[in-house]
Amino acid sequence: MSTVAGSSAARPLPAPETGAPPTRRQASFAARWRRDWPLLLMALPAALLLLVFHYVPTLGVVVAFKDYDQWSGDTAVEAIINSRWIGFTNFAELFADSQFWDALRNTLLITTFQLVFFFPLPIALAILLNSVVSTRLRGFIQTVVYLPHFFSWVLVVTFFLQMLGGSGLLAQVLRDNGLEPWNIMTNPDTFILLVSSESLWKDVGWGTIIFLAALTAIDQSLYEAAASDGASRWRRLWHVTLPGLRPVVVLLLILQLGNALSVGFEQFILQRDAVGRQAAEVLDTYVYYLGLLTQDYGVGAAAGLFKAVIGLILILVANRVARRFGEEGVFVRS
Amino acid sequence: MRARRRRAQRPAWEEPPTVPGRLAKGVLLTAVVLAVLIPMWSVIVTSFSSQKAIADAGGMVFLPRDFDISAYVLIFTRGEVSRAVWNSMFITVVGTVLSLVCTVLAAYGLSRPGSLWHRPLLMFFVITFLVGPGLVPTYVVVTSLGLKDSHWALILPTAVNAFNLMVVRQFFMGIPAELVDSARIDGAGEWTILTRIVLPLSKAVVAVVGLFYAVGYWNIYFNAVLYLNDAEDRVVQQVLQAYIIAGQSPAGIGSPPALGFNAPPSLAVKMAVVVVVLIPVVAVYPFIQRHFTKGVITGALKG
Repeated sequence: MSTVAGSSAARPLPAPETGAPPTRRQASFAARWRRDWPLLLMALPAALLLLVFHYVPTLGVVVAFKDYDQWSGDTAVEAIINSRWIGFTNFAELFADSQFWDALRNTLLITTFQLVFFFPLPIALAILLNSVVSTRLRGFIQTVVYLPHFFSWVLVVTFFLQMLGGSGLLAQVLRDNGLEPWNIMTNPDTFILLVSSESLWKDVGWGTIIFLAALTAIDQSLYEAAASDGASRWRRLWHVTLPGLRPVVVLLLILQLGNALSVGFEQFILQRDAVGRQAAEVLDTYVYYLGLLTQDYGVGAAAGLFKAVIGLILILVANRVARRFGEEGVFVRS
Repeated sequence: MRARRRRAQRPAWEEPPTVPGRLAKGVLLTAVVLAVLIPMWSVIVTSFSSQKAIADAGGMVFLPRDFDISAYVLIFTRGEVSRAVWNSMFITVVGTVLSLVCTVLAAYGLSRPGSLWHRPLLMFFVITFLVGPGLVPTYVVVTSLGLKDSHWALILPTAVNAFNLMVVRQFFMGIPAELVDSARIDGAGEWTILTRIVLPLSKAVVAVVGLFYAVGYWNIYFNAVLYLNDAEDRVVQQVLQAYIIAGQSPAGIGSPPALGFNAPPSLAVKMAVVVVVLIPVVAVYPFIQRHFTKGVITGALKG
């Protein structure tokens, strides 16, 4: 978007209040200031909040390169400034910690599993929903399946506990019918299935929104043309619907990849004690235990930084790859 | 969309559905809907059941028998639950108002391409999408601002969400420029334009973003564990965790040292707490749900 005043046909800028005709390519700074200061003032509160709670902590990752000593200053920020630089020592310590590698392995396992098995499910559900002809019925189903997205993880874990846990509804039904009850909630071996089902239950419905929107954007005449060429229902799905969804699928895959190392905090912290650290430790919980509970700020920050950098690299690489394959990628110019 | 398909009909070229196909579709969709509704149903029924009904059922009650509200009477006379409800309501209401005001103002301030410092300012907001601070530095900043043990620690750090901001901005940018221009010719300032013209046209998106913020505040758990030490300050999610999840594991993390119950809460009481946490979300959501597609997609697809 150009900043040339008065030359954009789609959206003409208001003439500066000085009354000068917009012949100059760019209004003077003073004129623009007089015209736009209310806009800047409006953006100020949000900008300040982000500055204090986003940018300052982002700069605070320097702790990862320091021997943080909380007694070296009166406030934490002062202590950070006064602490000694130690280069990559914190990272060396981090990479020497076998628990870090356990956490990384668990994180990658869970991400891969969810990407392969559960990424397609919202697409399938969206196609299924889209084929429901009655708007009333479809609206009702949508209302119901979006709902769990708004539940907290505490609530989701509670529901799973009460339904599938050792004294939950399923176990009761099994016992009543003389079957062996089966407790998925405390079994480390099936933990990956448990967390994936929880994520699925919480977000599969929500995930359909964007695909449903993409489905309505597909040109209906393509279906008609395919049908008149004798394409069956399944062939239309394969040759019209799925290609129509491709840009959205690629976009969401890239975004998912960027989050590959953050599988989430609360879900794992809540269930860590029930299944044990071996299965439930992921990078986020590792950072929490190491950085905050054992007060090893430097190494904790190093782990956090490692996670953020890998995430950023993944998202940029995925975006590059997607462009190579002729997709639009994340950074759509508006 | 509703108008276009009011009468259920298929395009002429589409073959009529087969019986097995319809059956499979019906079974699948019913299963999906039941997977959401059954847990909610049985939790609500159990919370309204008497001890005897629960004992007879061997745990969770699925078919309601005798109606009993003693669990609710108990939790609200016990103090810790009602205190947590007040705390959560305070955080939710104050936080949502603050978030909405900041978000709407900033979204409007950024909605005019070509305004002074538009591009660098936009970058300033968008970068927070891509690069986030880690847990440890955030914790250090929040505590050194003296926000520990204060409910503001749950509100301020997450008050502005750049994604929501971009959704609102995208919506504002879709409002016809002619409307804004004619108001300006009539002598309206930016504030008047925002409150009299832009906002009345944007009720849907503001409602949706408001719901996102409100649900976010109501659901805060981890930050509460992080920043609140005082039992008086606890929020509903912490009480829920303490009543139910911590009870299942030997030493729950963040299991509050003193929530002050003598006997372990009965199942009906536990389920009543679940319902208390559940109800506000379920109550508000249907009114805003119909705006989702409009509100979310305008921002998400183009953003």
